[in-house]
Amino acid sequence: MSLIADYGLVLLLLACLFGFFMAWGVGANDVANAMGTSVGSRALTIKQAILIAMVFEFAGAYLAGGQVTETIKSGIVDASMITPDLMVLGMMSALLAAGTWLLVASTKGWPVSTTHSIVGAVIGFAAVGVSMDAVHWGGVGPIVASWVVSPVLSGIVAFGLFVSVQKLIIDTDNPFQNAKRFVPLYMFATGFMVSVMTLTKGLKHIGLNLSSSEGFFLSLGVGALVMLLGIVLLSRIKIDVEADKDFHYASVEKVFAVLMIFTACAMAFAHGSNDVANAVGPLAAIVGVIQSGGEAVGAKAALPAWVLLLGAVGIVIGLATYGYKVIATIGKEITELTPSRGFAAELATATTVVGASAIGLPVSTTHTLVGAVLGVGLARGIGALNLGVIGKIFMSWLITLPVGAALSIFFFYILRGVFL
Amino acid sequence: MVGINAYYEIVTVRLPALASLRTDPYTCRLLNAGVHPMPVNPFASLFGRSPIGPMQKHFAKAHECAANLVPFFEAVMVEDWAKVEQVQQEMASLEHEADKLKKSVRLHLPKSLFLPVPRSDLLELLSVQDKVANRAKDIAGLMLGREMAIPQALQPLMRAFVQRTVDASTQALKAMNELDELLETGFGGREAALVESMVMELEQIERDTDKMQIEVRRALFKLEKDLPPVDVMFLYKIIEWIGDVADRAERVGNRLEQLLAR
Repeated sequence: MSLIADYGLVLLLLACLFGFFMAWGVGANDVANAMGTSVGSRALTIKQAILIAMVFEFAGAYLAGGQVTETIKSGIVDASMITPDLMVLGMMSALLAAGTWLLVASTKGWPVSTTHSIVGAVIGFAAVGVSMDAVHWGGVGPIVASWVVSPVLSGIVAFGLFVSVQKLIIDTDNPFQNAKRFVPLYMFATGFMVSVMTLTKGLKHIGLNLSSSEGFFLSLGVGALVMLLGIVLLSRIKIDVEADKDFHYASVEKVFAVLMIFTACAMAFAHGSNDVANAVGPLAAIVGVIQSGGEAVGAKAALPAWVLLLGAVGIVIGLATYGYKVIATIGKEITELTPSRGFAAELATATTVVGASAIGLPVSTTHTLVGAVLGVGLARGIGALNLGVIGKIFMSWLITLPVGAALSIFFFYILRGVFL
Repeated sequence: MVGINAYYEIVTVRLPALASLRTDPYTCRLLNAGVHPMPVNPFASLFGRSPIGPMQKHFAKAHECAANLVPFFEAVMVEDWAKVEQVQQEMASLEHEADKLKKSVRLHLPKSLFLPVPRSDLLELLSVQDKVANRAKDIAGLMLGREMAIPQALQPLMRAFVQRTVDASTQALKAMNELDELLETGFGGREAALVESMVMELEQIERDTDKMQIEVRRALFKLEKDLPPVDVMFLYKIIEWIGDVADRAERVGNRLEQLLAR
């Protein structure tokens, strides 16, 4: 155990650095896909989007990021099968591998998911670097399955939401009045869904222990609060007769643009809650080993709150230093999505991703969003979609896992050669 | 998923030599044709260019060309050939613009695009839209070329016939203007019913032009023995072509209706 005794502090600092850079990368690049829809449909200005992203990414990462972080930390590998030394070096290689692969993919414009990279990397070092038995194969199955299920599920939800909007609002005699009547209900649903998944699943690390029923009723309260705020904002929206002459649904879309402020918040929260783990999950494992002095790896040490905090701060700094540019660019490219469609895609994605976060499944927010957009498209809601992207995403699945794993093994052997 | 924007920045800021690629005409043409020599953000590239707006713009142009038949015939009837030529030039340039729009819509409709309506139906609608302008331009071209005068006795009937034909095109434009609303409503419901009623009105207008065409031909038949035979032959041709314009406007409506059929 001399490695941890001798280099404990250095390793910890290095791990924090790697984790922080991964979080920076998530903030700089990944957040843009989550926020671009709102900017593109002109529901939010870029400044508003960045502000919302900062606040809600942070909140999501810090408040609801624990479950997925726990999964990356100890759900994929069997800590009792790996010596503390190898665990520390392996998790570090996983961070390095995922970071490298994402850097390469970003220069090529491949739709590579941060989540897939990190999961592949963690599996890689454990399976090849340690032993095949060191991987919780029973835990990997549900994760991989969730990568297929989450886009499909959010696609179905988005389809349903879009159809409900058609029936309740757009295909009626007075769409504007019905929009004002029913949109607050969607606002309630947004607030409720996000908070119920967060509150009923651990806020223990910030010292809040709620029972399921307490969480449920508190969520009803959050939903009602969101709805009231929404009604106040909606009261300022008036029918624009001039704009309606050209496009009859211009005023109705303005109502949906207000709804999109809330779904954008939910998206940012969901994204933070799921993606922070990609950066700090391995870090959490390293911290666990080092804090216990390299002894009791098998025992589940509680996740320290500062690890999530580090990830949350990293994401926000990534957003502030680079992410705002990416959001602006993507916002300019996505212009064919009107608020009535954008909200359906965002609400479906946010619900699916927050749900996955609550049960600790690391999913790809972007892929889930793509699924939701396709759901709206299948309901004949979008002018034109490039299906070629689906093929690219599928290919990136097939490639990312083995490449992430191979890079992780590569770094693992190097680090082992240096330190052991 | 990591964006491409860091890469763009490297390309455009750090490597100035490559930055000129973005303004290079060949690269621009590739970009406009949907061929990206540089990778783009994968999520943003999910969204294709919607054909709905460009389709509407195209028919607006085609209709503008056809609508010029009214001032064109006014000028022909007073035999103001300078004015006739001016209107003909205007129509020819409008038809040319419509052609360009048509090509651009086709270029942006690759087979891999997922559309709310069948791609083949959209392309057929586009082609029918274009034919309205083509026929209107044919009429203007032939009449100017042969300096075709219209006999006094025929003029009132002819004026009404041309006006009703342009009415048909106007009605088709009105229906086409609902295309973006149709997208909003997922090509169904009340909006679809509204468009169907508009197309029914369009069919009524086209039936009017059919009746008027018969009247004009009958009136010409009564006059024909006193007129130069070649002129008469071409007048019959022009009457047939005016009928064609209304007929093609009706077909625009019918194709639009076809988009709604599930």
